Amino acid sequence: MKPAFSVLFLTTLIGMGQGLLIALVAGQFYFVIGTGNEQDSGLFYATGSAAGLALLGLGLIASFFHLTHPERGMRSIVRWRTSWLSREVILLPACMGLAFLYGAAHWFGFAPVLITFGNQKSLDLTMAIGFLLAASCAMLFIATGMIYACVRFVKEWATPMTVINYTLMGLSSGFAAAAIVAAVENALLRDFLAGWAALFTLLAFAAKGVTLWRNKHLPAPFSLKSAIGVHHGSIRQLSQGFNCRSFNTTEFFTRISPEVKPWLIGLMLVFGFAAPSALLLAGWADRYLPALIAALPIQYVGLLTERWLFFASGQHVQNVYYQRKS
Amino acid sequence: MSRKQLALVIDLNICVGCHACVTSCKEWNTSGWAGPMSDTDPYGADPLGVFFNRVQTFEAGEFPLTETIHFPKSCLHCEDPPCVPVCPTGASFKREEDGIVLVDYDKCIGCKYCSWNCPYGVREFDTKQGVMKKCTLCADRIYDETLPEDRRKPACVLACPAGARMFGDISDPASEASQAIRDNAGFQIMPEMGTRPANHYLPRRKTKMVIHDDELMRADNPLLKEGELPRPQLSEPFLDDITSW
Repeated sequence: MKPAFSVLFLTTLIGMGQGLLIALVAGQFYFVIGTGNEQDSGLFYATGSAAGLALLGLGLIASFFHLTHPERGMRSIVRWRTSWLSREVILLPACMGLAFLYGAAHWFGFAPVLITFGNQKSLDLTMAIGFLLAASCAMLFIATGMIYACVRFVKEWATPMTVINYTLMGLSSGFAAAAIVAAVENALLRDFLAGWAALFTLLAFAAKGVTLWRNKHLPAPFSLKSAIGVHHGSIRQLSQGFNCRSFNTTEFFTRISPEVKPWLIGLMLVFGFAAPSALLLAGWADRYLPALIAALPIQYVGLLTERWLFFASGQHVQNVYYQRKS
Repeated sequence: MSRKQLALVIDLNICVGCHACVTSCKEWNTSGWAGPMSDTDPYGADPLGVFFNRVQTFEAGEFPLTETIHFPKSCLHCEDPPCVPVCPTGASFKREEDGIVLVDYDKCIGCKYCSWNCPYGVREFDTKQGVMKKCTLCADRIYDETLPEDRRKPACVLACPAGARMFGDISDPASEASQAIRDNAGFQIMPEMGTRPANHYLPRRKTKMVIHDDELMRADNPLLKEGELPRPQLSEPFLDDITSW
């Protein structure tokens, strides 16, 4: 498949944004259920929400570059019953709205207690919005992943690993971003966030490894026998019917030379997972701030490479019809 | 199957790969009210254009025992079209009344997601209009009552000089298309994808004639006389069934 840069930026940026927002909610919840009475300032949560909102907004802008008729974008909510793409289009603004409310409630300190439980703990408005926010971000991870995982004609994508990878990479980069916000704001949650960021990065590393292994052992994606219904052991294409390009030869093919591919995979694994997890661990255990801050931009380069390879290595079934020009 | 399902039936035994269906499809559909099928750089070094129908050529076997197969391919109007439910706007739809899969160009946002969900590679994106396009089974002419009834067929079917293409309702067992599928082992391509394509193909068929020796040398001629019988006299009767005139 051809990687479109709009989609690379869309999926990596919103993944990071969702992870960041989930990290904030998780951090708040961590203090709420804790034994102490400590809690980070509303300013920290508001700043974090603003950062998350900015990432989701950038992703949304990037997505418009993928469409030729963005002015009709509102129409894309109508098929939510059947289309994961439609569900994503609904969930992304929902996450943005909730992130705005979450940040605003923290900023203004508007936290009336909604329910008080038997153990003297209580659910206030900010935490309640936070739960809704985290839930919609989690659903958005599923929707984004399923957009690709449900395309059964690209075997590299049609696996639950696609959703798991999208989620873990989003959580990994999002928690790393939250740790930076916490470090800048000098928040108490810094170590909590850095530690979980490191853990999610390692989990994402493992999941990516499993996916790479799986995709290396896939059966042949297509057969000419069933493609043209001729039961012969040896069939080849003589002509695809035209001599130049068509939509089918540009949208579905990316040529990566066999010499370059291992280097790109190496770049993805080192920049996307190995280096950031090491830096995050250094930032967490030794409280070494530059390492904590450097992890995210390095990881982002790796994640862009990952997403590019994700598209480029997808072999669509339709390619069986476009093997030879003449 | 009770609901009407229009479809093409393409006889691979007849198709000679002349591309007449390709050019007539382009001509008809680029001139219609739905707007042109845009081409960019059509006479230059790197032309790119939209086609609803392509003829591809395959070869089976090893030389000298090879066989050439011309394979016309357009939208198969699947009965379970995977491209339809994934469209976020509802621009891609399957028409209830005749089973044609269509794109509403006024609703398409150009996300190309439908094309990812087609295993046959028959949707083509129009870069100038910014919408996804595909075969309409000439929906604008098959119901056109200003045309004579025998001309109310897709342009490709009318153009085929060899008569390799048939058009009809495959859910009606009496239609020409259904009969052709039934009688000539019509098949669907990529049945394992679960799309239930409506268009069918008829297989290549080899017609072999077996000639036995006794058909060359008469067995019922014990005197082994193959020559002409003697000419009868004029006085003999000459009705056809009793003379050798």
